[in-house]
Amino acid sequence: MGRVVVLGVGLTKVGEHWNKSIRDLFVEAALRAVEDAGIELSDIEAVIVGNMSSGYLQGQEHLGALMSTWLGLRGVATAKVESACASGGVAFHQAFLAVASGIYDCVLVGGVEKMTDAVTEDVISALIMADDQEYVASTGITFAGLNALVYREYMRKYGVKQEEIAYFAVHDHKYARDNPYAQYPFEVSLEQVLASPLVADPIRLLESSPISDGAAAVVLCSLEKAKSIKSEGLVEVVGSAVATDILSPHEREDLTTLYATHVAAERAYKMAKVEPKDINVVEVHDAYTVLGPIHLEDLGFVKKGDGAKFVVEGNIEKDGKLPTNTFGGLKARGHPVGATGIYQIVEVVWQLRGEAGKNQVSDAEIGLAQSVGGVGSSVAVNIFRRLR
Amino acid sequence: MIPSVPRVWREIRYRYRLIGCKCTDCGAVYFPPRPLCIKCGSRKMKELKLSEDGVLINYTIIHYASREFKYQTPFIVGVVKLREGVKVLAQIVDVDLSEIKEGIEVEAVFRKLREQGEQGIIEYGLKFRPKIKPK
Ligand SMILES: [Zn+2]
Repeated sequence: MGRVVVLGVGLTKVGEHWNKSIRDLFVEAALRAVEDAGIELSDIEAVIVGNMSSGYLQGQEHLGALMSTWLGLRGVATAKVESACASGGVAFHQAFLAVASGIYDCVLVGGVEKMTDAVTEDVISALIMADDQEYVASTGITFAGLNALVYREYMRKYGVKQEEIAYFAVHDHKYARDNPYAQYPFEVSLEQVLASPLVADPIRLLESSPISDGAAAVVLCSLEKAKSIKSEGLVEVVGSAVATDILSPHEREDLTTLYATHVAAERAYKMAKVEPKDINVVEVHDAYTVLGPIHLEDLGFVKKGDGAKFVVEGNIEKDGKLPTNTFGGLKARGHPVGATGIYQIVEVVWQLRGEAGKNQVSDAEIGLAQSVGGVGSSVAVNIFRRLR
Repeated sequence: MIPSVPRVWREIRYRYRLIGCKCTDCGAVYFPPRPLCIKCGSRKMKELKLSEDGVLINYTIIHYASREFKYQTPFIVGVVKLREGVKVLAQIVDVDLSEIKEGIEVEAVFRKLREQGEQGIIEYGLKFRPKIKPK
């Protein structure tokens, strides 16, 4: 297996891009990544596009050919990768495999989602497609509702209070403030979060990731090719894994542990030859507040049931034991579903390169990004290490 | 979602009658029925008519729903553990939102689930309500 390096990254601001189409967003992020990589577009041999809902929300499929057309990359190999909200992380894994296999030297992988083309009730329909249409969506439950089941079970099993869990949203907003690409670059108080309307009891609006537009892209290269282009700022992909769980959470024995995270993390740690204690900076997929603590536990950073306390006690601050979601996470950076996994990776890469601005973690060497589809049904864990 | 009659029609047998399956090798029970056992890998699955009552073990109240369900909000969706031990996701009806709690006994009731699209194809199925105790 060849060594794989992140050569360039690029993204658009997350937000409501009324004047930009899904291809405008993708092309903007892709061109920035290519420029950052210091290569020519013609160096790209394959384009992988992560996206969940373009078919439903835009009436547009075949994003691989669409995006490569608009990038002027006639002839290039391409595919769209869909794994619900994990589409970005899983697309990245596919691009990693493509370069690690030695078949391609240079691959562009991007994620894109354009959610504001539709009204909220249709976005709700699109998101529940992450679970079983015939026996789950037909009950009327929403994606937030499925996560609400997890939330209730977590509070009951570990005796954790909603105030402790909801604090994750406060944390995210605090770090979005200094992220110029964040959808909501401002702070919120715990009181505001807890006073916001119920979406799916007990989940409140300000505990939920928003409806977002955005695109992010990464240029992956073989180590040899990367070294021929630049010697500084290289970040190696040292671990990359994807795992799955039983699709519908109510069929599982325990809602409070998302098994696929355990499996994907274990594989990625093993490949990277690291342990949880070696990780300096983390991005977790907190689509709803309760998932933040659960992911930190399942990734092996803290004991089951102690995740919320770990967060409230300041351990995930930028100068804490385990700096986490230092650009605002899904809650405040925003969650353009199929692009989110790539945003997380770009943010980890910035931290490892020392380009994180006011949110810079001092001397971060190893970072981890976790991307989740459905209620823990598909999980991608990617681990990165700064090359000196 | 594109409205479709056959998509609803082919599930009727399982949805209306609560028919699942049982693994003849390890005894695991599933709803809806499936061709192989998730627990042991066996393909020897036998259809099983499930009991129409159970216990509510978890629930949420949906306040914002999709186009097809928004007229029903707020409504309860819960996880019902049937007597066979299998868990089913369903709406919980005929109960005041303030009276809903885990642990109550519930029974299946035949109801309309949703209307699909402008053609108005109606999907029926089972919901659950608090068990009415015989006097
Ligand atoms: Zn079995």
